[in-house]
Amino acid sequence: MATPRPRVKVPKTAAAGEVITIKTLISHDMESGQRKDSEGNTIPRKIINKFTCDFNGQTVFSCDIDPAISANPYFEFNAKVAESGTFKFTWVDDDGSVYEAEEKIEVK
Amino acid sequence: MRRGAWEGLPVRGKFAAIGAGVLVASALAFSAVQAEPVDETLSIDGVEMTTRAKAREGLPFDEVLSGWLFREAETRQLEADSFENPGMLYVERGEEIWNTVEGPAGQSCASCHGDAAESMAGIAAHYPKWDADSQRPINIELRIDKCRVEHMGLEPYKFDSDDQKALTTYIKHQSLGEPVNLDLAEGDMQSWWERGKERYYLRTGQLNFACASCHEANSGLYIRADHLSQGQANGFPTYRLKQADMVSLHNRLRGCIRDTRAETPAAFSDELMALEVYLTWRGTGLSVETPAVRQ
Amino acid sequence: MKINRRQALGLSAGAAVFAAAGFRAAPAVADVAATEVAIKEFTGGIIPAEAGKLTLKTPEIAENGNTVPVSVSVESAMSGDDMVESIAILAEGNPNPGVVVFSFTPMSGAAAATTRMRLAKTQNVIAIAKMADGTFYMDKKEVKVTIGGCGG
Repeated sequence: MATPRPRVKVPKTAAAGEVITIKTLISHDMESGQRKDSEGNTIPRKIINKFTCDFNGQTVFSCDIDPAISANPYFEFNAKVAESGTFKFTWVDDDGSVYEAEEKIEVK
Repeated sequence: MRRGAWEGLPVRGKFAAIGAGVLVASALAFSAVQAEPVDETLSIDGVEMTTRAKAREGLPFDEVLSGWLFREAETRQLEADSFENPGMLYVERGEEIWNTVEGPAGQSCASCHGDAAESMAGIAAHYPKWDADSQRPINIELRIDKCRVEHMGLEPYKFDSDDQKALTTYIKHQSLGEPVNLDLAEGDMQSWWERGKERYYLRTGQLNFACASCHEANSGLYIRADHLSQGQANGFPTYRLKQADMVSLHNRLRGCIRDTRAETPAAFSDELMALEVYLTWRGTGLSVETPAVRQ
Repeated sequence: MKINRRQALGLSAGAAVFAAAGFRAAPAVADVAATEVAIKEFTGGIIPAEAGKLTLKTPEIAENGNTVPVSVSVESAMSGDDMVESIAILAEGNPNPGVVVFSFTPMSGAAAATTRMRLAKTQNVIAIAKMADGTFYMDKKEVKVTIGGCGG
């Protein structure tokens, strides 16, 4: 597809200390490096190899990703927040490209 | 049924095809395992979809069923959650295309059609429609091409290009939940419906299968590990787990026909347009599910 | 994966013949030994004995090997001494066993994650949890990966 597009789902509000669920999706072929083209040449690997979720600058959760993760990679995980702030999501491509998304949360 | 066992059969000759067909038909019967489609409701973002409807007059069964009912729990769950549904990534891409100016006329879809959520609402449930200009049925993909050529100064999309699939998915998604309902009284739609019906029941290919061979005569049974659905069109373009990508209806029709080992008709050919009319009609009453999630 | 069904049948038939005859399967497929190496790399040399507080959730039958949902979770307070550092997922029958490593922090709140993976064929999926205190847990589940009906 065109430029990989991220989608993130973060609750808009939470209570201090509440454990929330975050869901993320990004469009990406995740070319595994296992496939061959019609001429028999191996199609080179090109995947998202790292995903990180930060909150107010601190790492919450991260993934080191291998080609066995499906195309359009999906990650669901938890976070416990004590204060309001911004989640920042980062996906790193084998070719060095970085894709980002941000979501704010209000903690009462 | 082991495909390898009779791969060596000669391809030539009507009798070889019929012989193969008998072999296959009996093999299918022997390996038949029946499973009911699930008794569950599909709600997407709280909106209930119609996945079961009364079959149209003339069909040899009572109920039309969405392919959703034949899939495993995890696959069904993917479609029920509009955040998790990977097809929605293509809806987003389609929206981007909708709003992007392209071509010498300096237009985007939005230039004429404004907000798709309004202008395209419910429309796709009535496609394919009769197109007086070309004197044949027209589907969403061809309608997009018509706009591109006549109003935007652009070439038609290459079949199954990423942009064509994304934009078609986006437009059809604006009819999510709407029951499929074609107007066969328009133009010559009725005679194309007849041609489509003929094609649906026509056995072709080395395996001598018709669409009906699997999707009507054996729907509900297993072909290897695939739970055979009724082969309805209401969810297309569909996010298929196998390709991890959107699959258009004509791509799927060509794939099915290829798998009967017949020559594949071209996308948007008369043969496939007629089949699309008839096939869509068979699913009358089912909700548009685009982007559906299937295996 | 763009192998057609004829090749897929041939591959599995061929592999079966090789295995029966005592030959190693074609190099494109990992095996139990390679997976053991990967496990030891993650744990620093041991094969964890039990699942303990770790739960690995996979479907029994994957409708398509290209997209198989998988979840892992460890019962843990995720604070003080009771912390999960990371959870690795391996696929014993894939060309390479590594799937993903999830890394957690005190801000995770819970040691749990869900994703979707590719499985080349019916095989064991293995999860290993690494606790902050150096303990390891391991859970294993078999996932049946099927070939679609007409290969289409």
